[in-house]
Amino acid sequence: MRDVAVIGVGLTKFGERWNLGLKELMAEAGLAALEDASISSHDVEMLYGGTMASGRFIGQEHTAALMADQLGFGNIPAVRIENACASGGSALRQGYIAVASGIHDVVVVGGVEKMTDVTSGEASTALGGAGDQEWELFQGITFPGLYALMARRHMFEYGTTEEQMASVSVKNHENACRNEFAQFRKRVSIDDVMGSKMVSDPLKLLDCSPISDGAAAVVLAPLEKAKKYNDTPIKIVASAQASDTLRLADRESLTELKATKIAGQNAYRQAGVTADDIDVVEVHDCFTIAELLAMEDLGFYGKGKAGKAVQEGETALNGRISVNTSGGLKGCGHPVGATGVKQAAEIVWQLRGDAKDRQVNGAEIGMTHNVGGSGATAVVHIYKRAD
Amino acid sequence: MWVEAEPPQWSIYTRGQTDMERSSSSLWRKIRSRYNLVGNACENCNTPYFPQRIVCRKCGRKSRMVEKIYSGNGEVYSITKIRTPPDTFRDEAPYYIGIVKLDDGPKVEGHIIENGTEPKIGTRVRIRFRRMYVDGDEGLIYYHYKFEPV
Repeated sequence: MRDVAVIGVGLTKFGERWNLGLKELMAEAGLAALEDASISSHDVEMLYGGTMASGRFIGQEHTAALMADQLGFGNIPAVRIENACASGGSALRQGYIAVASGIHDVVVVGGVEKMTDVTSGEASTALGGAGDQEWELFQGITFPGLYALMARRHMFEYGTTEEQMASVSVKNHENACRNEFAQFRKRVSIDDVMGSKMVSDPLKLLDCSPISDGAAAVVLAPLEKAKKYNDTPIKIVASAQASDTLRLADRESLTELKATKIAGQNAYRQAGVTADDIDVVEVHDCFTIAELLAMEDLGFYGKGKAGKAVQEGETALNGRISVNTSGGLKGCGHPVGATGVKQAAEIVWQLRGDAKDRQVNGAEIGMTHNVGGSGATAVVHIYKRAD
Repeated sequence: MWVEAEPPQWSIYTRGQTDMERSSSSLWRKIRSRYNLVGNACENCNTPYFPQRIVCRKCGRKSRMVEKIYSGNGEVYSITKIRTPPDTFRDEAPYYIGIVKLDDGPKVEGHIIENGTEPKIGTRVRIRFRRMYVDGDEGLIYYHYKFEPV
């Protein structure tokens, strides 16, 4: 196994990009990543592309070969990775394995989703496929519905409040204001969140990540060769993934994501660090309750303690631990296939010291956490500066 | 998940077309378990399942599954009211969805019928056979188990 480094990252602005299609989004992010790594299209040996539901959203499958084609990568192997909202993180892990194994040197990991060409009802149906189609979506159980069932139970077992969940949204919007790539660069108050339209009790519109268009890309290389391309390569010191039941009711507990816990524990073990060592983390806040679950399941807070901590500002930018400095899925947007790759880009910027207005002071160790569906997949990566 | 404003280009799909794309056999083959709580259990470790599984999650392939029909009595384990439904449920929203812990079986997801009592965690429920939705004016009528507070 070789050490693996990120040598380049690139993003499109996330949001309702009505004038751009899937190809244009992929090309914009991919070119930005190549430029950041100072490499040409012809240096790339393999591509992994994360996309969740392009067939349902725009009728286009086979998106990895399309991505390679549009970026001028020629005839290199390209593989699409679909793992619901964890498609991007899962693609990153496959890229990591390809480089670590010694099979490929320069690997591009892309993620993309074009979601706004369909109605919100159709998008809701497409995303619903991340759960158990036969027994959840078929009965009209949506994703906000599944996370609402978790939220209700968390409130019941630990006394978590709607205001505590709202404070996740307030914090992530605040961070998004400082991110030029974010979909929502505007502040919201607790009252705004509490007063927003109820989507699936107790989750309101401003507890939910939006429907977004966007793409992200990172370039990976063996650490020993990384300096050739980049002065500040960022080493991936852990790559872990776990699965769980697709159907929510099959789980023993609704107040934790077991896949997150297992992937997190494995990642800490690989990296030889603990939760206390992490300076900055991008967690999967598809709904505000999901950020609280992640903070607890990744060991940053005890069970039932995350809500109060977020409310008291401990997870704000340069707080006790900086969480979702990009704005998270809530503030930055959630083009599902792109999200896991965008998280990696944000952590790379943070560790390089390139995060501008949202820089975490002295950030040395970062983490990304990407979830698929209601928790049937979780992917955790840990990163360190390598210079 | 939600959009702040609708995109300018509307979907080519309508409610009817979306459902017509699904073959009727995909609906028919699960019908016993949709009308009644027909699940199964592992003969080796007795773990009860709904819906039916081919392989026991605990024992793996070294076991045999036997059919089990649950009473449908239980209590609400978690609950939400869905107000932004997928297109197929456009005419039914808002509706309660609960996870019910069965007295004699596992946890099951399903609709909770509105009958005047607001369902909460701990509310006792029983199974009912109800219409779930209708596929347009002349399409299929989908029936399903639902739970009713008692």
